[in-house]
Amino acid sequence: MAENKRILVCAGTGCASSGAHKLIDALKVELKKQGLEETVSIVGTGCQGFCEKGPTLVIEPEDILYTSVTPEDVAEIVATDIMKGERVERLLLVDQVTQKPVSTLSEIRFFAKQHRIVLKNCGVIDPQKIEEYTARDGYAGLQKVLKEMSPEEVLEEVKKSGLRGRGGAGFPTGLKWGFCRQTPSDKKYIICNADEGDPGAFMDRSVLEGDPHSVIEGMLIGAYAMGVDEGYVYCRAEYPLAIKHLEIAIRQAEEAGYLGNNILNSGFNFKLRVFAGAGAFVCGEETALMASIEGKRGMPRVRPPFPAVSGLWGKPTNINNVETWSNIPHILRNGAEWYAQFGTEKSKGTKIFALTGKVNNTGLVEVPMGTTLREIIFDIGDGIQNGKAFKAVQIGGPSGGCLPESMLDLEVDYDTLTKAGAMVGSGGLVIMDETTCMVDIARFFLNFSTKESCGKCTPCREGTKRMYEILDRITKGKGKAEDLDTLENLALTIKATSLCGLGQFAPSPILATLKYFRHEFEAHIFDHKCPAHACSALLSYTIDAEKCKGCGMCAKNCPATCITGEKKKPYVIKEEDCIKCGTCIEKCKFDAITRA
Amino acid sequence: MCTACEELVDPKQIKLDEIINKYKHENGPLIPILQHAQEVYGYLPTDVLKHISKATRIPLARIYGVVTFYAQFRLTPAGRNVINVCLGTACHVRGGAKVLETIEKVLKIKDGATTEDRRYTLEVVACIGACGLAPVISINNEVHGRLLPESIAGILAKYE
Repeated sequence: MAENKRILVCAGTGCASSGAHKLIDALKVELKKQGLEETVSIVGTGCQGFCEKGPTLVIEPEDILYTSVTPEDVAEIVATDIMKGERVERLLLVDQVTQKPVSTLSEIRFFAKQHRIVLKNCGVIDPQKIEEYTARDGYAGLQKVLKEMSPEEVLEEVKKSGLRGRGGAGFPTGLKWGFCRQTPSDKKYIICNADEGDPGAFMDRSVLEGDPHSVIEGMLIGAYAMGVDEGYVYCRAEYPLAIKHLEIAIRQAEEAGYLGNNILNSGFNFKLRVFAGAGAFVCGEETALMASIEGKRGMPRVRPPFPAVSGLWGKPTNINNVETWSNIPHILRNGAEWYAQFGTEKSKGTKIFALTGKVNNTGLVEVPMGTTLREIIFDIGDGIQNGKAFKAVQIGGPSGGCLPESMLDLEVDYDTLTKAGAMVGSGGLVIMDETTCMVDIARFFLNFSTKESCGKCTPCREGTKRMYEILDRITKGKGKAEDLDTLENLALTIKATSLCGLGQFAPSPILATLKYFRHEFEAHIFDHKCPAHACSALLSYTIDAEKCKGCGMCAKNCPATCITGEKKKPYVIKEEDCIKCGTCIEKCKFDAITRA
Repeated sequence: MCTACEELVDPKQIKLDEIINKYKHENGPLIPILQHAQEVYGYLPTDVLKHISKATRIPLARIYGVVTFYAQFRLTPAGRNVINVCLGTACHVRGGAKVLETIEKVLKIKDGATTEDRRYTLEVVACIGACGLAPVISINNEVHGRLLPESIAGILAKYE
């Protein structure tokens, strides 16, 4: 019964923090105890995508998913599932519609509605073993390219696939490669942009952690097509596990002859190294990123000249992000036509979204371009947490925008989202419910842009700061009638005059929120009310002395220790120390605390 | 080597010179040298920066410019435990600000500061990429997710 079974334990950053490594240790001990250590293998995989229910594990070959597994559950899983082939029902996921437990991946809507191309190996293979990648057709694309295709043919294939850059702007990848190939030079570089700085996006981290060889293979194919022999992966330092897996993968690829000189006896050479970023959001911009590799402050410069003409150390350079590179092996392995069958007319293939915020199923979701937001949020994401009402989805990070309920049937691709005032960006989808204040969200993004502005150009450095100050004032109930016009004016000026994308798109979150949620701004300014009850300066908490039974639950749980009183007598909140976290309201069993 | 000389040679200094020699002939050596130097010393003391400047012939002013530009580098020593509070979008929406306020209250320090006993350093970061578990903090690179304000004190107490 237990023969040939594999237990895939998610050991990505999310599940690792939920206790995946203790789980793996417990499994090893239990399997040894039952004498199964030879027949059943345990694989620590990259992100399986279902972070909300972590730690998760999958038992192959039946593809049974167990969620929120603890070391205490291990003995039962081994005895029941591994040895008897029966399911441990209490650890299965319950379908929210049918209210019945579902066991296999194909039955679970979170997975069933996805179409995984880039994430094909993530959560399935051990990312630290090259043989697991090659066993699933890894490096087959590279072999095909080196044996059967000329660089021009590779370029043509990528152009035909319709792949567009997954880093945000959506520039056609084949066209970009063509520019770099055309520029004559004795030396050229390619770079993988893994400086995934958009808050709310973690697909690049997951691909690097879970399937690093796919990125290396994509870069090798690109290098061959563009005539490049050296490359860098610029990865942010906040992703230590991604850097570790990438370095292991590069070493293994060198040993296997996929990297280095005369790769697979084709005469093609390619050297790849990892450069750890030092923490600056602006380094996601390509000219700033290159300045950073050169050892300078990461500040963008004026384009043209574009990197394809003059990039790293003045040499022609091509930059694509992790997800873009990771698509390449699949396109070359299966053909451009196969790839182009997915997606919409102008946006081909699939896109990975990081689904987070107030949604039931947070995690990584890969769907064909053109899938509607409603399908992603309500079918795959299983709707809003705690039965609350949906308010907005923030898409595209600090350069994107918030879209309301009326836009949920929008088919997501590069062009429709830009038209709606948001952008695909890196693919972060942060879901907001009725308790999220949209003015506060606009302030949050402006605060982010202000802090991350490199300071080189005035509109971005000074303009975002002024916008932040206005928004901060509005959330404190001190807004003025003319503020909204001032904000719009500033936003349009910054957009038109900033040097790089960070500045040009910094006003996007506020423009979109003003367009769709203007009434919330007006409520703050004119009525001094926060409709979502989120802006703490406009809130006060009081205990109703008549309803309070003096149980002390509020005081016991108050993290600010600002509630005092004697048992069985009404308690009092000391207003000036209150951090307005709302813990007391949640803990009070007698509805004695009000928020106004 | 005689015992008197041993005292004069600082093992950290030897390591620093090894790092400089490893990278100095590569293109763009500055950031990797600074990163490794910070690993050795825990922060970047002025003398270390001066030494790097001399050995690499990169002007001290340029080195200082780079050090102050990037969030990773620190010019003052950190506490024994570095707490990174994530205030990315997902964490913000799920109550990250309240987690920060609670930590500030418990430790009585603000963002960027170190407690007097040097036990904790508190830093706000934009996103650590564990958005599925928001709100999150990481202490010495260990991620703690799905936090509630009332569970903070217990987690902090585990780090001596």
